[in-house]
This record gives sequence, structure tokens and C-alpha cells, in this order.
Amino acid sequence: MSTMLKTENIAFFYPAREGEEARLALNGVTLAIERGSFVVVLGHNGSGKSTLAKTFNAVLLPTGGTVYVDGMDTADEQLLLEIRRRVGMVFQNPDNQIVANVVEEDVAFAPENLGVPTEEIRRRVDDALAAVGMAKYVRHAPHLLSGGQKQRIAIAGVLAMQPDCIVLDEATAMLDPIGRREVLAAIETLHRDKGITVILITHHMNEAEHADRVLVLNDGKLAMDGTPREVFSRADELGAIGLAVPDTVALLRALREGGLDVATDAVTVEACSEEIARALAH
Amino acid sequence: MDEIIRIENLTHTYSAGTPFEHCAVDGMDLSIYRGEFLGIIGHTGSGKSTLIQHLNGLLKPTKGRVLLGGEDIWADPKKIRSVRFRVGLVFQYPEYQLFEETVYRDIAFGPTNMGLSGEEIDRRVRDAARFAGVSEQMLEKSPFALSGGQKRRVAIAGVIAMEPEVLVLDEPTAGLDPRGREELLSNISAYHKERGNTVVLVSHSMEEIARNVDRIVVLSDSRVLLSGTPHEVFAQGDTLTRAGLDVPEVTRIAMSLRERGLAVDAGVYTVRELSDALLALRKGGGVC
Amino acid sequence: MLKDITLGQFFPGNTLAHRLDPRTKLLVTVLYIVALFSARSLWGYALLALVLAISVRVSRVKLRSLLRGLKPVLFIIAFTAILNLFYTPGRTLVSFWTLRITYEGMRTAVTMMLRIMLLIMGTFLLTYTTSPIRLTDGMESLLSPLKRIKLPVHELAMMMSISLRFIPTLIEETDKIMSAQKARGADFESGNLFHRAKALIPMLVPLFISAFRRADELATAMECRCYHGGEGRTKLNVLRYEARDYLVLAFFLALAVGIVASEKLGVPARLSALLV
Repeated sequence: MSTMLKTENIAFFYPAREGEEARLALNGVTLAIERGSFVVVLGHNGSGKSTLAKTFNAVLLPTGGTVYVDGMDTADEQLLLEIRRRVGMVFQNPDNQIVANVVEEDVAFAPENLGVPTEEIRRRVDDALAAVGMAKYVRHAPHLLSGGQKQRIAIAGVLAMQPDCIVLDEATAMLDPIGRREVLAAIETLHRDKGITVILITHHMNEAEHADRVLVLNDGKLAMDGTPREVFSRADELGAIGLAVPDTVALLRALREGGLDVATDAVTVEACSEEIARALAH
Repeated sequence: MDEIIRIENLTHTYSAGTPFEHCAVDGMDLSIYRGEFLGIIGHTGSGKSTLIQHLNGLLKPTKGRVLLGGEDIWADPKKIRSVRFRVGLVFQYPEYQLFEETVYRDIAFGPTNMGLSGEEIDRRVRDAARFAGVSEQMLEKSPFALSGGQKRRVAIAGVIAMEPEVLVLDEPTAGLDPRGREELLSNISAYHKERGNTVVLVSHSMEEIARNVDRIVVLSDSRVLLSGTPHEVFAQGDTLTRAGLDVPEVTRIAMSLRERGLAVDAGVYTVRELSDALLALRKGGGVC
Repeated sequence: MLKDITLGQFFPGNTLAHRLDPRTKLLVTVLYIVALFSARSLWGYALLALVLAISVRVSRVKLRSLLRGLKPVLFIIAFTAILNLFYTPGRTLVSFWTLRITYEGMRTAVTMMLRIMLLIMGTFLLTYTTSPIRLTDGMESLLSPLKRIKLPVHELAMMMSISLRFIPTLIEETDKIMSAQKARGADFESGNLFHRAKALIPMLVPLFISAFRRADELATAMECRCYHGGEGRTKLNVLRYEARDYLVLAFFLALAVGIVASEKLGVPARLSALLV
């Protein structure tokens, strides 16, 4: 597998502003993300996870170190558009990233900026909306849609650039459970069917169950890196940095402490109940 | 138990007589008891936001009545402002309502509108700040220099400072990280214990509701679908799922275990309860 | 309720009025306004009202929504009508106290009212049937010759369409902030003018702060979607004049020229005389 994204010892320094102290948001992060992987980045507010995300497509340039997208240095202004095309970004507030008054015109915004020919834009818009299950809403006004629907429009808007990688910066934080489920399902489909690299930044621990890799950030540093099972097996360390393991893992740990012989790394409800049933049957 | 709020046959229709006409609450009956910690669950569009804006008279019922302490709050529309001091309502993302130059003055906005004396306002501001977890040093800062979580605490303090008999919070933890959520909820619980006042927590996070409240009311399609203790409500997992609502993760595990033939209670919702039940089951060898 | 403000609202549809090229509709609106301001006679107004009525019918926009658009300017309409009614010299119809209603006054009052109402309803019909993006596309295209004199036409059009996009969002936000402040006992409805203005501060400060935050986030989101100004941009919906556009344009051009010419030649007066 080839490398989609690579950061080399990056740092990000926010200078002091009125009412705010200077802050080192990222402090020496080195990591490589494989093409086609599904990576979840966890961390509490202020851990540096959003800053990290913004360096992935040159919205922010690290104050130290280098970020490479497909081998392209994000500091190279000549490559800016190509970098942003390849790494799409979806943000937290759905209202503040929708540009147009009609769904299709919003989805068309990026290809229009890229100078894609009209017929090709049409095709991309229709494909992108179909991919996120919003094909029916082509002519709708975005402000009348639900949060989950708006966020899927935002994903379609990114998809229309035909990116290799999509970064979701707390894109589910403002949604209700139904909206969250819709968005996660859409992302999983894109990952599975189109092989798009997904980087999901969140503080909902449960969303990590979809990932094949979990990164935990704390104080601007990479604190953990592994599969969800590996990361959640380190419940005490997670607790120490203000993150709690999902209830599935917490339950398995409690059972193990109570003397039941269960493995404590099942993250999904299904896997967890299967593990318990297996242990009890013995 | 003593009713503090009683809702009788409440109906609210938005934009009546236009193509956008929409009935958000439809013939709802509901009692809220003095001193209880009530949780209201419902997904977006279930009518919960409309319901809570009736509790302090921000919306006027299209039909039906809202009684506060036995009196119809709309008996004299001129007095509706005093109802807002008695039923404090904290909106979603309340940090976006901050406007004053200092945190202190922002928290004092409500009490000042009540026309209280300077000393009384000062006492209330400091009390409320303590309950909401706003430190003394923060009081003289600009609210706009604070972090998101701190701003939210300031906004909540601004409502607590009116010392309402009923405190209603709409999704107070939305968008906060796990630690922020945990801390804020423990602040609210402590306020409820210490003051003994009625608290109504509106949320779509089942885990959050389950861990904190005495009683749950579930709204669906503009009506009350279920009500009871968390245990009673979560025991009806299927009804909740059909209404498009989540049940707590622990309850889902219990439901899945029951399907596998294990004799666990369907209404459990905490890790502790379920692990105890399962460990007891092992001793009894309870696979049926 | 603020939600009732219909300014800049668009009702999607698929009628002839919706399908016309936005440039056609903009030009037609200009021609209609020219005709409206040239018309002097009731005949002229009757014809223009008829044209508007047909256009409304074709667009399937509900008359009620159009009339609702008049609400905010009702006061201005009534005010001008009353002024004209009493202060136009001429033949006296009724007089009481120091006031005098003249025949001419009545005429001017009625024509002024008609003129403002038709003007507003006509422009509202334009915004009701044209998505803001198409409207700004149309304006950008009509104004594009001005690019040569270094007028930032694309930037202006983009700013306009984004403002229109955020109107409903900001209205909703204003509603929310007002409710939140009312919940803390804010009183927006009573007191004298000074008090009321002061009472707006708790609403305006959060609203501005939120608008700036939104603008900031939107700018980042636009950059992330490769926005880099108007250069080299293509369009999903390219504007193209069709046969219907030429027909409609020709009709309105004839209407405007006809009204201007016939008023100059005094046709309506002769028409009235003929009927009497």
C-alpha cells in the first residue's frame, strides 16, 4: 500500500492574541496514513486534533516540520489547488460550509472552481449526490434539510472534486443520533465502494468502531496509535487523558475483574454480547 | 407528589393557515413534579423544543393550558415575563447568547431584569457561577476570551442566577468532549441535590439521560410515547427503536444477550448493573 | 415573527416563469419598471396590472405570498397615498375642516399606490421564481462588460449570492437569540424608542459575533473546495437564451415602447373620450 498522507515532526504554534495565551497546539507529530485506510483521530478539545486536520490540506501550514500529500509538500503554493482537490475536508457546522441556495449548485461549487467542463460537472454532481443517498434532493434548498442531510450534502460537495482522501473534522459533533448514523453510513459506503481514504476526527468513542486504525492525540502529541481493539485495551491510559472507553469495553473489563474469562477488546455491541455468551457457556 | 407544572391537552401549530403549517405538539398531557430530575428524550422534530418553550411562556399554546403552581401562565398575558424568571430555560448552544463585556455582567443580566438590589444580584451571580463551575477569576474576564466549554457554563450560570423554581436545559452537553460532558452533568446533578429544585434535562443521548434523571418522558411524533423510571422505559427497547430512538449501549448489549437466550433484565442501563447481573448468572449457571 | 419575512425567498418550480433565462427576467423586470414609470393613465396601469396578473398565473406563485411581500411597505404606500390625496391642487371633490380632497389628488393617490404595488410585486415575482444563484449569474453575465473597466463583477456577484444564502440562516439565528434573551427576562416590546434601541444590544452583539464566526468558517470551507476567485471558473448551469427568451423579451420590449409612445401621443385620453 502506498502512503496517502505523511507528517514529519510537525509543530503548530498559535501566537498570543488578545485574551488568549500563546499555545503550542501540535508538538512533534510524525505519522503516515496509508491509502484506502479508515483512520479515526480521538482526543479531547484542545488536544490538537482539529489543528492537525487543518494541516492535511494546507488550510494551516505547520510552523515546524512538513506535511506531504501523495508526496507533495503542502507548503508548495504551486500545488495548493491539487492538494486541496485530493484531500477534501468536511467541517463541524453544516450551515457554515454550504455556499449555495440549491443543493445541486452547492455540490457543483468545487468542480466549478476547478474549471471542470459543464457536462462533466453535471455527471459529478449526480454521482456525488447518489453516493451519499441524497439524489432526491438535487433541487432542494439546503437550509430546509436536517442536520444529517446537510452534512451529507457537504460530503457530496467534497466528493465532486473526486478526492483521494476525505477528512471529517468533528463532522458529527452537532448532529442528533439519527443524523450521526446517516453520515457515518455514507462515509463507510464511500470508503468501502470507492476506496477513499477516510480520516474521521471525533470525540465520540463509539465512532472508532468503524476504523481500522485509531490515533489518540493529547497535548499536541500522538499518545496512542493502533487498531480500535489495541487502543481500547488501554482503558486506564485513555481515562487519564479524559477519554472514556465505550461501554462495551467497560462492561467486559468489569466482567473480567469479577472473574469471568472474557477478552476485553470487543468494541461493537454484537461482538461484545457474543463474547459474553461464549464465556458464560463455558 | 406535588405538581409544579402541568400541561393539559397542549397543541401548538406553527404558521397556521399557510402552506408551511405544521403541528409540532399535538394534544399533549404531562406533569412535572416539584423537586424531580426529569429527562425528556425525543429525536429532532419530536416536538421537544416546542414543548419546552411553552414551559416559560415563550410560545403560547394554540390549544390547551400550561399550569405553573396550579395557575394558568397565560391567565394574565402581561405577567408572562415573571413566568420566565420562575422557569429558567437554557437553550441549545447557549454560549451564542453572551453579549456583555464581562462574565459577571452577563450572568447578572437576568437578575438585573428582575429588578433586584445590587447586593442580591451580587450574591446570585456568585452563587450561580459556583453551581455552573465558573471560577471567581473568570468573572472579570470577557466572555469571548473563554473556551467553548467555559462559555457554555457562563450561559448556564446566567439562567441559574434568576434562581428559577424549574431549570430546563435543552441539550446542555451538545458538542462538548467526553470530559466536558461529564463535568457539566455532575455540576447539574450537584445543583439539583443542593437546591432541591426541579430540573428538566432534554437530550438525545440516552446514556446521559439514563445516568442522571429520576424519570424519563419519551416524545415521538408530537406526543408522549412513554414515561417512567429509566428502568421502566429502557425495558421497552423495541418501542424506542421503532420510534427511531437509541437505547443506551448497555441496554443494547442486554437485549442482544436476551436474544442469545440469557436471562438478563431488559431494562438495565448501567455497566455496573449488567456486569453484576451477568456475574450472578454465571454462579447460578443461568443459560436457559 | 421574523420567519414571515419573505425578502429574497425563492419558491422552486418548473413553470415557464422559472425556466426563463435569468438575464431575460432581469431585462424584463427593467422594461416593466420603465413602462410602469412612463404610464400616466389608468389604461396604462390596467394593462400593466393585467400583464403582471398573467405572469403570476404562469409562475403559479400564490397571490397571497406576493401580497405578503407588500406588508413591510404598507405604511409607505399608505403615507404617500394620503399625502397625494390631500396636497394635490385641483378640482375639489370633498372638503372638511382645512382638508380638501381633489379629483387630481385622488387620481395621483390611486396611480401612486398602483405604481408602488406593481413595482414591488413585479420584483418579488422575479426573486420568487429565480434561484438567487441564477439571479446573480444573470447579473454577473449582464454586467460582465464592466469587467473591462476593472469592476470586480464576479466578486460582487459572489458576495450577493452568499448574502442571500445566509438570510434564512441569520433570521433563524436572530429568532433563537431573541428567545434566549427573553428567557432571561429581556424585554424587546415595551418602553420608549431609546429603551427599545438599548434592549436590542443583547440581540445584536451575539448576532454580529455569530455572523463573523460564520463568515470565517465559510471562507475556510470555500478555500478547501478550491475557490480562488472567478478566474477559470466553469458553471454547472450555463446560461443560454432559448426561443422562449426572445419571445418574452420581444413582448416586454413592445409593451414598454408601446406604453411610452402611446402616453406621449395621448392615446389613452382619446380612448377614454371614445368610451365616454
